[in-house]
Amino acid sequence: MKSRRAILAELFLTAASLMALFPLAWMVSVSLMPPHDAVGFPPPLWPSHPTLANYRELFAHQNMGRYVLNSLIVASLATVLSLAFNVAAGYAFAKLRFAGRDRIFRGLLAALIIPGQLSMLPLFFLMKELGLLNSYGGVVVPFMASLFGIFLVRQYALGLPDEMLQAARVDGASEVQIFLKIVLPNLRPIMVTLGVFTFLSAWNDFLWPLIVLSHDQLYTLPLAVASLSREHVQDSAMVMAGAVVTTAPVLVLFLALQRHYVRGLLAGSVKG
Amino acid sequence: MRTRRLSPGFLFAAPALFVLTVFFFGPVCAAFVMSLTDFDIYALASLHNLRFVGFANYLDLLQTPLFWRAFANTCYFAFVGAPLSIAVSLIAAMALNVPAVRLKSLHRTALFAPYVASLVAAAVVWRYLLGSGGAFDEILHAIGLPAVDWLGDPRWSMPAIILFAVWKNFGYNMLILLAALQNVPQDLYDAARVDGAGPWMRFHHVTVPGIAPSLWLVALLTTAGYFQIFAEPYVMTQGGPAQSTVTLLYFMYQDGFKWWNLGHASATAFILFAVLVGLSLLRPRTREGVA
Repeated sequence: MKSRRAILAELFLTAASLMALFPLAWMVSVSLMPPHDAVGFPPPLWPSHPTLANYRELFAHQNMGRYVLNSLIVASLATVLSLAFNVAAGYAFAKLRFAGRDRIFRGLLAALIIPGQLSMLPLFFLMKELGLLNSYGGVVVPFMASLFGIFLVRQYALGLPDEMLQAARVDGASEVQIFLKIVLPNLRPIMVTLGVFTFLSAWNDFLWPLIVLSHDQLYTLPLAVASLSREHVQDSAMVMAGAVVTTAPVLVLFLALQRHYVRGLLAGSVKG
Repeated sequence: MRTRRLSPGFLFAAPALFVLTVFFFGPVCAAFVMSLTDFDIYALASLHNLRFVGFANYLDLLQTPLFWRAFANTCYFAFVGAPLSIAVSLIAAMALNVPAVRLKSLHRTALFAPYVASLVAAAVVWRYLLGSGGAFDEILHAIGLPAVDWLGDPRWSMPAIILFAVWKNFGYNMLILLAALQNVPQDLYDAARVDGAGPWMRFHHVTVPGIAPSLWLVALLTTAGYFQIFAEPYVMTQGGPAQSTVTLLYFMYQDGFKWWNLGHASATAFILFAVLVGLSLLRPRTREGVA
């Protein structure tokens, strides 16, 4: 037997889910409209004759393939670099002793409050001096090492049993061997979490790429869609197709790796 | 182990610390120095043109009407948007926490989807939804209310962006609050029910105290996050109409990267930082490890 509370909750959740999904579903629907269907501003709810013409136009004449490639390169590069720097550091802060470790860690914890935008103006100047403006390298710089990444990995690495590491040391393994052969395989779950997180934030990032990239050949998808929507306001069906191309990959990635993503999200919220 | 500088632990941490120092802490310090100079497009060409001006940028900002406008708009967005978004998160989390509700994981995924969607793409879609004759007008029309020019009327532009932000972000806090709700012991509810407490009493005396640490954390992080709003006005309104959606970061971006007043813009960034530090002081001191 079902309580009235459960029925009310179900009604609410159904309505809320529909509202949450409606803009995304509408985006897909409009993107499938033939150009003359979508001339009204904004266009009707459903396409009369679904077509992929807008997608063809985007990839054939609006350079969309290049933007997808840029986003893939930037997000992948950010993910690889973030894993390389943060996993080693997170493990070191959890399991290895070195002078000043706890003091440095407390400092990093306090620094969490600094908003990233604070560094952006001088960082722009630094990128200019290093010749990294208008390059993939310049876009991924803020993702290389992150406070969040170090904390996330450290939190998980604290759970590795010391006996396991000690036994390897007694057997004569070097610290690098221990890291590669024992630590990394055991950290794999949290590496997936950090990887998904970094990939999604690099893919969706807007302000920093907007600052670093002025050549539209290098635009990532969010920049491309923003400029598309400014230049082609009337062509809503094509703009929507661009929004779908930008959003669909991350939604699919999220659905595939949902469990890892949510775990990271909850771990991140533990430390403020 | 005791050889100070070359201990393996330090070597493992050093690359990340080096990167953080060069690309984050260094620039943050430089930003403060920059905010005390007249760093502009001439200084960008050659540092010889740089002059130290003390706190002149800050004083100048305090006399710039658009800065105050941006400050007020940002406060409006943060202090109305954040509570609204947390309220929606909490209601959704409580609904998901009711036993015997079917399809929970499906609902959870659906409610979280907007958070994962690209902010810019979603803002573009919402610009059309809010446009004249869009879905929102249809709804208002259906319930017999006059149409609203959401993004074209200075009175409605910020509420429209808040509506968008709530839709986009509530899923994140929903998951965090749901995890907190699941940790509230069911016995407490049963005991309250035996004592004759109604739903509101149970919410007030069991739920809220039970999730208070998480609720505080969520409130502070969300408010701090909302103070950093940028992409929404950039994509949806370009700060308009009548500067009703110019936010602090939007002002900083225009000031810095359109007019190249980097010293001035750095001062804006530090004022935003001061606000965030102020907010963080509101956090109740919790015991180590809690929340």
